[in-house]
Amino acid sequence: MINFQYLRTTSAKSAIALLSKDKNAKFLAGGTNLIDLMKRGVSSPDKLIDINHVPLKQIEQVGNKIHIGALASNTAVAESALIKEKLPLLAQALEAGASAQLRNVATVGGNMMQRTRCGYFYDTEMPCNKRKPGSGCGAIGGFNRMHAIFGTSENCIAVHPSDMCVALVALDAEVILANAKGERRILFKDFHRLPGDTPQLDNNLKNDELIVRLEIPIHPFSKNIHYLKVRDRTSYAFALVSAAVAIELQGNQIKDVRLALGGVAHKPWRLTSSEAFLKGKEATLENFQQAAQLAMADAKGYGENDFKLKLTPNTIIEALNLAKSKA
Amino acid sequence: MKNLMVKDENDRVDGVLKVTGQAKYFAEFELPGLTYGVLVTSTITKGKITGLDTKSAERAPGVIAVLSHLNKPSAPLYEQEGGSPMKIFYTDKIFFNGQPIAIVIANTFERATYAASLVKATYEKEAFNTDLHKALKDAAAKKLQGQPNYKRGIENAYQTAEVKIEQEYNLPIETHNPMELHGIIADWKPNNQVTVYAKTQGVKATQNTIANVFKIPLTNVQVNSEFVGGGFGMGLRTWPLEIATVMASKHIGKPVKLVITRMQMFTMVGNRPAATQKVGLGATKDGKLTGITHTAFGESSTYENFTEGVVNMAKFMYQCDNVNTAYTIVPVDLGVPIWMRGPGEATGAFALESAIDEIAHALDMDPLEFRIKNDPEMDQQRNKPFSSKNIKEAYKIGAEKIGWSQRKNKPGSIKEGPWQTGYGVSIGVFNANRGKASVKGVLKADGSLLLQSATSDIGPGTGTGMTLIAHKLLGIPVEKITFELGDSSLPTAPSQGGSATLSTVGSAVNDVCVSLKSTIAELAANSNMSATSDFISVLKKNNLPSIEVNKESQGGKERDNYSLYSFSIHFVQVKVHELTGVVKVSKIVSVGDSGTIVSPKTARSQMVGGAVGGIGMALTEESIIDHRYGRYINNNFADYHVPVNADVPEIEVHFINKPDPVINPMGAKGMGEIALIGFSAAVANAVFNATGKRIRTLPITPDKVLA
Ligand SMILES: Cc1cc2nc3c(=O)[nH]c(=O)nc-3n(C[C@H](O)[C@H](O)[C@H](O)COP(=O)(O)OP(=O)(O)OC[C@H]3O[C@@H](n4cnc5c(N)ncnc54)[C@H](O)[C@@H]3O)c2cc1C
Ligand code: SF4
Repeated sequence: MINFQYLRTTSAKSAIALLSKDKNAKFLAGGTNLIDLMKRGVSSPDKLIDINHVPLKQIEQVGNKIHIGALASNTAVAESALIKEKLPLLAQALEAGASAQLRNVATVGGNMMQRTRCGYFYDTEMPCNKRKPGSGCGAIGGFNRMHAIFGTSENCIAVHPSDMCVALVALDAEVILANAKGERRILFKDFHRLPGDTPQLDNNLKNDELIVRLEIPIHPFSKNIHYLKVRDRTSYAFALVSAAVAIELQGNQIKDVRLALGGVAHKPWRLTSSEAFLKGKEATLENFQQAAQLAMADAKGYGENDFKLKLTPNTIIEALNLAKSKA
Repeated sequence: MKNLMVKDENDRVDGVLKVTGQAKYFAEFELPGLTYGVLVTSTITKGKITGLDTKSAERAPGVIAVLSHLNKPSAPLYEQEGGSPMKIFYTDKIFFNGQPIAIVIANTFERATYAASLVKATYEKEAFNTDLHKALKDAAAKKLQGQPNYKRGIENAYQTAEVKIEQEYNLPIETHNPMELHGIIADWKPNNQVTVYAKTQGVKATQNTIANVFKIPLTNVQVNSEFVGGGFGMGLRTWPLEIATVMASKHIGKPVKLVITRMQMFTMVGNRPAATQKVGLGATKDGKLTGITHTAFGESSTYENFTEGVVNMAKFMYQCDNVNTAYTIVPVDLGVPIWMRGPGEATGAFALESAIDEIAHALDMDPLEFRIKNDPEMDQQRNKPFSSKNIKEAYKIGAEKIGWSQRKNKPGSIKEGPWQTGYGVSIGVFNANRGKASVKGVLKADGSLLLQSATSDIGPGTGTGMTLIAHKLLGIPVEKITFELGDSSLPTAPSQGGSATLSTVGSAVNDVCVSLKSTIAELAANSNMSATSDFISVLKKNNLPSIEVNKESQGGKERDNYSLYSFSIHFVQVKVHELTGVVKVSKIVSVGDSGTIVSPKTARSQMVGGAVGGIGMALTEESIIDHRYGRYINNNFADYHVPVNADVPEIEVHFINKPDPVINPMGAKGMGEIALIGFSAAVANAVFNATGKRIRTLPITPDKVLA
């Protein structure tokens, strides 16, 4: 038996202390990704530190920010009245993810940390640089229909599969991390990484750190928002492409806008140049189309995912259309 | 099976058991001393095992045995040379990736799983191919005739027709993926008596195979399979993994349970094989078909041949004097396929029914009108009348219910915002079978009736149908009738497949009931009771606690004079998003023309299930292989997309419900397959009508719509 130790802790401090004692320990939150990885032999921690009882489940307004604890469940966040009112884009994105059963146990921290769904990553008989650096990338030249078109490297073209994270990057969230020495904060857009030469690293969380909470500024975006997820079936499927859109309209003029994509890169993909283009312009189809084209500047297909070169701008346009048309 | 709280006589007799968890599936049987098997599978696609290191597995905690070709656990049939079925543990050859090469038995499932991960194989690899299209390009690749070529009239007559189309249609591998994982519990006793708890569509077939492989008398093998959590065809044979488990139990002298993983469900228990087909159709300018050519290539394996009825429908479904078909199977280095609901006919119907839509479009004709115009008067293939066929009536009902009059013949005509609406129709047809079956009936003085037959219920509601047949004939309340199945010691019945169970076993139930009725009438007459006396008083008067009747029943000469088929018409409405390529089936009307509907609720469920399966086939299901490695990529329920509730609109089901005059005493034809056959073409045709895009490769995913 591949034995591992199971430890349960009730405070962030002790969780961090336990983690620092063992390089091969892992936090266990909802377990919806980690346990699968263990079953497939992709991850074999010798210590599981169950953090479900650590009191980090808060969903609250503090000043002009919303704080969400790392252990709040996806369902709790999506159904929170506060989130629905102040950050409806986040609620929508969460509801587009996984299934009700999974969302009930999946946590905010776990969602950020979930690994890619690339099939080669999960099959230990296949090459995969992310799982086994240097073994090659199975997806390049293989089945890459679900894979990235932005920010890839010759080492890895995987996508980050989260829906929640797409909304968070659009909403300028910040992540609060803690280790034994104290807390640090990092912009959400800097949390996840591009594959580069280190495809094995998904993000910038350090070995000894715990995700503590998110802080999200309250935006004027509450009405003209939309999370559009294009997928192979209506529910319970990962995004081919998804778009999180928030517009602040004054009449038909775009005062401010946030745009981010999922299913297209190794990290949630914020579209800053498209945002800059749209700011101050009229909310017209022509402008939406131009903004969508701008987003595609550095896109690259790998064969089976070439269709994303067309689907991505279309998804951006449709998400903008839908956000605009919200009464 | 016991009836519980039956509220409506048409309710499923085992519905309460199923929804309350009391129905016991094979894996739930707890036997004393039960041990657990886990398979070790090959990680190469073709070649030979050169070494198998089982030592650390054998030493692992709880491990009882590791069996493989190295120790060849006893199976007398396999000791003989030759023969087609793969002889598990009697060969070092690898025919496909994921092939079982060893079984580890331990005292817990977890320990067996771990120990299995410790078995290390070394191989001599050979070049392989798992891609049908590559095999077709390779002139040297083996190709085998799957069915004799068929020709009536002039070959390829479509080529010289006034209006013609010729197109290629492609289907990927589909995997049955019932909820219940495959497996078996085997309990071999020292006296060579073996009991198995199986997931099978044929308890008798499983009994036969086991008796045969182990060379023991049939009566030494007891097969139990009362409840099956979905079969869809994959339970129509006894797979090597089942034999391996029986071997294991025999070897260790303890009961062994094996339940395979979802990933193993993709490699070793069959699939709907990938197929590529060409259809050429020719017609006169006014829309009469003058030529049909249907050629198909289907995947098979290198170690066993698999064929199915891909090109059957082209031979008789439309009035046409010139028809030719060819069906070829192409061995690739994958596990052997097996029938999947609607089997080859569903594969063929996608091509033929798409092509019919294409030629109607080429003629600028309404495809429904084209179908009606070319509806056959008789079966031209067999030169016989159809025993019953009410297609025109079915077309009419379906067209009205779906709102066919809203449809515009010009594609892309109906649009609301970014959503384009389209309508599609197709026909499904399947042989209306009747085999041979035996049923025992025991009518008791307590007012109850017990019926028994070694048939199966993989979900359609066999017990319910049989109960209703008896209820109608004898007037006994349904809650007083018990139908027992799924037990090889009961009177013989064939496997549940080919939509034949209701027709076959139902006929025997009918004969038993008719015979019981006449026995009661005789007894009544002999004891001076009135002819209308109820059977309870007759039995009591005669001091009989019960009477028993055994009947074997099979069809007669009706097939000499008639052509027997079941039909379905599928109408769908779809909405297609012009920017994202997303297709949503927004309305479904399926009309079944399958004779008398014996069991209205379960019949409706069949049609609903077929439509859901059809949505999967049309829009979402595809087993993806990386042909460089010969390994499946999406072998789990997150990535292999069966439709979810949100993909399924309300499904309207209608039945013609007119008895077939010849097939059997009930006048009922089968309907399990027709529920699915043709459905995918209706969706593809609707997508074309919505967008003007003809998608000839399933599934119709957003990338294909956008292309
Ligand atoms: C079938 C399926 C379908 C899915 N579909 C979708 C989808 O459509 N969209 C989508 O967005 N997601 C989807 N998911 C993914 C799902 O959202 C994630 O599995 C889930 O969010 C992970 O959260 P968890 O709490 O269960 O994490 P766990 O599995 O417990 O942990 C995941 C990782 O995060 C680490 N971790 C957890 N909490 C912390 C913390 N506070 N600090 C530091 N590290 C931490 C763990 O150590 C582990 O390495 C799907 C998952 C499945 C299984
Ligand atoms: S894309 Fe990344 S995760 Fe997928 S095979 Fe390549 S390296 Fe591995």
